Order: sequence, then structure tokens, then C-alpha cells
Amino acid sequence: MTASEATQPGLRDRFIGWIEQSDRRIVLATVAFVYGVFAILVILEQGLGLGTVNSIFGAWRTITFLFAAYALLTLALNLHWGYTGMFNIGVAGFMAVGVYTMGLLSTSPDALSGQGLGLPLPIGILGGMIAAALVGLVAAIPALRVSADYLAIVTLGLSEIIRLSAGSRTLSNWTTNTFGAGTGGGSGMDLPDRPTDFIFNSSIGESIADVFTVDVPRIDMLLFEFGNREVTLISSSILSDFVWTFVMLLVLAGVYWMVRRIGYSPFGRVLKAIREDELVAQSLGKDTRRFKIKVFMLGCALMGLAGILWQGSQGFANPNSYRPVVTFYAFIALIIGGSGSNTGSVVGSILFVGLLFEGPRQVGAIISARLNLADAPGTFDGAVAPLAQLDVTPFLAYAVDNIAPLQFVLLGVVLIIIIQKRPDGVLGDRTETAAAIDLHKEETNE
Amino acid sequence: MARFQLFSEDSETPVVDAIRGRVLLTLALGVAVMLLLDLLAGLAGIEIAEFGGRTLGGEIELSTVGKRIWTGTIVGLIFGLAGIGLSMTYSILNFANFSHGDLFTTGAFTGWGVALLVAGWGVGDAGYLLLARSGTGPSSTDIGASIIASPLAILIGVVVAAVATTGVALLADRFVYRPMRDRGGIPLLIASIGVALALRSTVQFVYGPQTRGVTGTEGIERTDFLGTGLSVDLHQVTLLVVALGLMIAMHLLLQRTKLGKAMRAMADNKDLALVTGIPTERIVRATWILGASLAGIAGFLYVLERGTMNYNVGWFLLLFIFAGVILGGIGSIYGAIAGGLVIGFVHEVSLIWISSDFNAAAAFLIMILVLLYRPEGIFGGVTTA
Repeated sequence: MTASEATQPGLRDRFIGWIEQSDRRIVLATVAFVYGVFAILVILEQGLGLGTVNSIFGAWRTITFLFAAYALLTLALNLHWGYTGMFNIGVAGFMAVGVYTMGLLSTSPDALSGQGLGLPLPIGILGGMIAAALVGLVAAIPALRVSADYLAIVTLGLSEIIRLSAGSRTLSNWTTNTFGAGTGGGSGMDLPDRPTDFIFNSSIGESIADVFTVDVPRIDMLLFEFGNREVTLISSSILSDFVWTFVMLLVLAGVYWMVRRIGYSPFGRVLKAIREDELVAQSLGKDTRRFKIKVFMLGCALMGLAGILWQGSQGFANPNSYRPVVTFYAFIALIIGGSGSNTGSVVGSILFVGLLFEGPRQVGAIISARLNLADAPGTFDGAVAPLAQLDVTPFLAYAVDNIAPLQFVLLGVVLIIIIQKRPDGVLGDRTETAAAIDLHKEETNE
Repeated sequence: MARFQLFSEDSETPVVDAIRGRVLLTLALGVAVMLLLDLLAGLAGIEIAEFGGRTLGGEIELSTVGKRIWTGTIVGLIFGLAGIGLSMTYSILNFANFSHGDLFTTGAFTGWGVALLVAGWGVGDAGYLLLARSGTGPSSTDIGASIIASPLAILIGVVVAAVATTGVALLADRFVYRPMRDRGGIPLLIASIGVALALRSTVQFVYGPQTRGVTGTEGIERTDFLGTGLSVDLHQVTLLVVALGLMIAMHLLLQRTKLGKAMRAMADNKDLALVTGIPTERIVRATWILGASLAGIAGFLYVLERGTMNYNVGWFLLLFIFAGVILGGIGSIYGAIAGGLVIGFVHEVSLIWISSDFNAAAAFLIMILVLLYRPEGIFGGVTTA
């Protein structure tokens, strides 16, 4: 934004320009935008009422939770792919290592399914991260010799091996008998409760929950009649989920700060140099393999942490949650935001979760709630046949009924369009260069 | 790799490398000998006590081993057939096509939809049959789509699988890959992941999510096949015959025709091929047509042998197909066939020693080891299709 170019900027341009001045504003504006969209979507679905507040907060809770989870994953992935140029598509596997190690260490020995050693949770979390980093080391030492597309296949194969091992009943029985801890095989593994849950099981929690409960007579005067009862604006289960989500956001902020520091440190500059031209980095006397192994391990540890905070917070681990498709989601989020940029990773995660992951379901719910669709036909031919008589209702009903596959079609198409038309992501080219000083002529935002 | 040898690895002399290679080879041989000993002892019914409470040998029936080898061959042929296309797209278009498994699925569903329509004409509603038994209607036994009851339906199914898959692949090439032809392997790989997601979900949307049985099995199991005393599944025989026929046809096409020569030239050196006047875009289209139809037919045949399918069938097999292609040396169709057979063998025969939780992991492990220690494939650097 030079002065000569913007002689008479409109209000909208000035607003966008103001937002673009700092990364924090970009992130906050995107979050506000997605929150606003979801508030409108929920109101469209349910109409206005006292329960709407609860639903809106529920929707916000879900997107914030998923956003924090994906942002952690994309930041870790950005270390691998965006900074160093290592194409790791085994993210799901490293997450699984983190979660299952945490479970093996910290789940109580008399859990219903699976068995752990019952150690304190911090040890479990630390152990999970260390285990993910070690698996990363085992993968990295030899794998870094191969080219990028081979690395992709190696990491994908590794993540499948990890998933199959976690789901193996034989292995679980053997480790349970030998070490006293096992994954529970295909039936999954119980995990420790979230450490924040105790707040809501105590009297403090009750008083917090009370704040969000409103006496209807008081509202009556302001709004409209509702009968004489207490209304919970936000249910305590959503509140306790929000507290956990807040913890995740704090961790996210810490990780963001850390990777940013890494990015601008001498270490980070070597990583970027490796991405741009490994031969040059080697010629300058940098042992690039060592750098790659270190950053690979660090990224894997962060993936393990992301897995623990996300999947590990749901009280139960199932091998099927670690299918390769999770990796692809993280990649879509990273590519939308623009790989190579930490802010891009975070913004991409919000947009992915809000507009691609949760958005379509919400729209489907609105259509089925608002349009009075008849019973959806059970099969595709039942949906298509009436189209000949220009009757789109059965097709619409079928589409709403089968919104999940349509959403994946959308994901695939968005991925293709972005990689074709805007490979730098929505924020444009924000890839940090390896040079310590800015070599570009134009003003940068960083 | 060459870069590393110039700089960071100059301390390692070829001698060290050779020794390291020898150690790995010895280790692999040792494991193989142990497994073989175990198998032989098992066949003989001897149980030898070994360290750590493990035993060598035990009870293994000869017929079990034979059966495993046979199913390994069948599965391996499927991996090989599907791998040809994957290998060709890798060598000619220079990217690992992650949507190849979903081309396999496309072939299975479109082919079986039409095959059921032909076989079950008059038995059930046309929409139900064309959507490969999505919804409610007659059972697969009533429709009876088998090689005995309705060979014509199977034949038409094979053709439709090839044609429909080719159509889908050409569409994907036109709208996805062609605009980004010169963008390098990784962007194309990412785009192919997008195609894979979209394609698989479209199949799920159209045909429905449930796993369904499609083949008729009456009279398929022949206990005394052609008087040899062997028990044989006729659908497996069909698969064997069709797959071998197609592989031989591919070989002849690549070696004897001008198109094949052009394809091999392009796999070797794209710029040189272009300079020589080879119409590269046309070769690319031919690659997609051949690769996709083989993938589609492989999908159809796999379901013929298995009897059931769902929309994930190809995606779940993709990594095995990759494993075969890599094992044989990526870029070579003979390698793809041989590698596919080896992976099929590993997948089935390894069940003799390890539990069924791990046979897939064993196949993937072999793939990773080959990628790491012999990226040119076990049959050594044949990169020309």
C-alpha cells in the first residue's frame, strides 16, 4: 500500500488494509468472520430463541476445538514441508504414536479396554511427544536420503504400519502380558480424563455454570414471555469443553511463538536454505542431514502433542481415527493458508475447519430444517429419476441425506483448484526467504 | 542422493558401503533361511524348542501352504495389473498418482453395475442393478452374475470397467493434470490426492456407502478341475487368464508397436522425445487410456474373485500397489508385475508365520526397506517401460 496508489481508498479497502497490517489482525478477523458465519447459520437453522445461544456456543466450541487441533498440526507440518521441503504424509501415524504412548503410560491399569501403567498425565504427555520424536528419528535417518515423492510413500506406509500395530489384538495381548500395558487392539483404548474436567466437577464449576443460567422472569421484561423457569444459556458440558479448548488455544499460542522464533533463528534460516537449494546449504558448510533430522523430530513431537490434545482429549483412542485421510485434511488446511508461512497455517486451519469441514454440514442441516423436504430416497436412482420431470426435491433430499460424501468431493475439488490456481494459498506468497535481511523491494508485512 | 555422496558422505568409502550392503543382505538371507526352516519343520510336523520360549516348526499342513501360494499369486496378479498403470504414469508423467486406487474402484463399480444389469435383466429393477445392488432388491445369488451362469455379463462388465475408467482418467487429465503439466512431481501428487478424494466420494454418493455382494457363486467351486484332482475356483481361473492375457498384450504393445516405442522413449527422456517429433500429448493420452483401463479391469476382476465391494476397495489397495511398483523398480512395467506378485505373495504367504493383524504391515515394511536401501527396485534399475 503505497501512498500514490491509494489516493482515495474506499472504506472497505482501508479496512482491509488496516487488517493486513498485522498478522494478529488477520487471524482475529478470520476467526471473527467464521464465528459470524456460524452464528448466522445456526440462527438460520433453528430460528431465534433462548436455546439458540446454547447452539451458537456449541457450534463455536466445535470449530474452535477443531481449529486449534488443525492449527497445531499445520504448524508442525509447516516445519517439515513449508520450511524444510520434506513431504511428510504420515501425520496421522505420528499423532497415533503420541496418543497411544500417552495412553500406555497414563491410562489406569484397570481400564475397561486397553491397559496403561497409570503414571501421572504430564509424564504420559511428555512420553507421547518423546515417542513421536523417536519414531520420527527412526523414519528420518534413512528416509532423508530419498527424494520427496519417495519420502511421501515411506511416511504414508509408516503411518499405516503404526495404525495396524495399534489395532493389533495379538500385539496388544503380548505387550499386556509382558509389560502390563496394551493398546486394546481394534476395540480401542480408554484414555485418562481431561485435566480440566475436575473444575466442573467441583463447586467452582457449579458457580461458573450458574453464571450462564438465567432466571426467565428477568428476561421476560427485556424480551418476550417464556414461562416461569430457569433457562440455561450455555450448558455446562459445552462450558467444560470450552475450558479444554482454551487450554488448546494457549498451547497453540505457545507453539506458534516457538515456531516463529525458530523460523527467524539461524537454525530456521538453514532450514529455508535447505528448502531452496540443499546443495548450496551444504557448500556453505552446513550439515544439512543433521538439520533435517532435528527438524523432522521436532515436527513429529509437535504432531504427537497435537494428537494428544485433540484425539487424546476424547477419553478414547481408536485406530480408525488415524487413517491417512487425517493427514490429507491437515495438508489441505496448510495449502489453503499457504505453506511456508506460520500465519498462513493458522488462517488456513480456521478457513478449512469453518468453511470446508463444519460449514457444509451446517448448510445441510439448514436445508433439511427449512425446506420441507419429503423423505429422502434411499438410493441414487430414486433421487435422479424424478429429475426427468424437473422435480429436484428428491435429489436435494438425497444430497442432504448424504452430505458427508459431497463434502469430500468439495474438499477434493478445493484442493485441486488451490494447487492449480493459487499454490501460495489465500494469503498469497508469504514464504519466508532464507536470507536474514529482506531482499524484496516491496514492503512486507512481517 | 548423488549430492550427498559429493559432500557430507565423503568419509564413507565405497568399501564401507559395500560391507554395509553385505551385512544387510546377510541379515535378509538369514531371516529367509530361518523362515524356510520353520516352514519345512512345520511341514514335517517337527517342533524344535528355540530360545525365548519360541519354537521352530509346529503344525503346518502342506495344503495350507499350497493354498496360500495360490491366493498370493491371484492377489499378486491384481497388484501387478493395477501397478502397470501406476508405473506408467510415474515414468511418463513424472508423478506418483494417488488417485490410481480410486480408478480401480471406479472400474469395479461401473463394470459391476453393467454386469449385474446384463446378468439380472428382468430379475430386478434396472436402477437397482445398475447401481450395483444399492437399495433393496434381489440377492446376488438370484441375479447370478458368475462366469458360468452369465459369461457375457462378465465380458461386458470387463469392457465397461475399462471404458468408464478411461473416461474418468481422461477427464481428470484434461481438467486437473494438463493445466499443471510442468509443475513438478509434488504439486501433481497433491492434485492427485484431491482427485482421489473427489472420485471416491462421488462413487460413495452415487452407489451408496454399504458393502455389497455382487457375484453369484453357484457351481464356481470345482473340486476336480479338469481331472487334476485340484479344487479350483473358476473366478480365480478367469482372473488368472484375463490378467496374464492383458500383461502379454501390454508387453507386445510396448515392444512391437510404434506407440510402445514412443512411450518408452518418452519415459527415458521427455525432451529428447519431443525433439525427435514424438507427439508427447498424444502419448500422455495413450498412457492414461492404457493405465486406467488396466486399473479398471483389475478392479472388476478383484471384485469377481472377492465377491464383495465397497467404495474404499481401491483406496485400501493403493499402498499395496505402490509397494509392488516400488519393489519392482518404479517406472518399469515388468518390475510392476513382478513386484506386485512378490507383494501378493508376502501378503498371503506371510500368514504362515505371523498373525493376520500384521500381514499388511509386512508388505508395507518390505516396501519401505526397498525404498530406503534399493530405491531402483530389487530387479535393478530398469527404468524404461
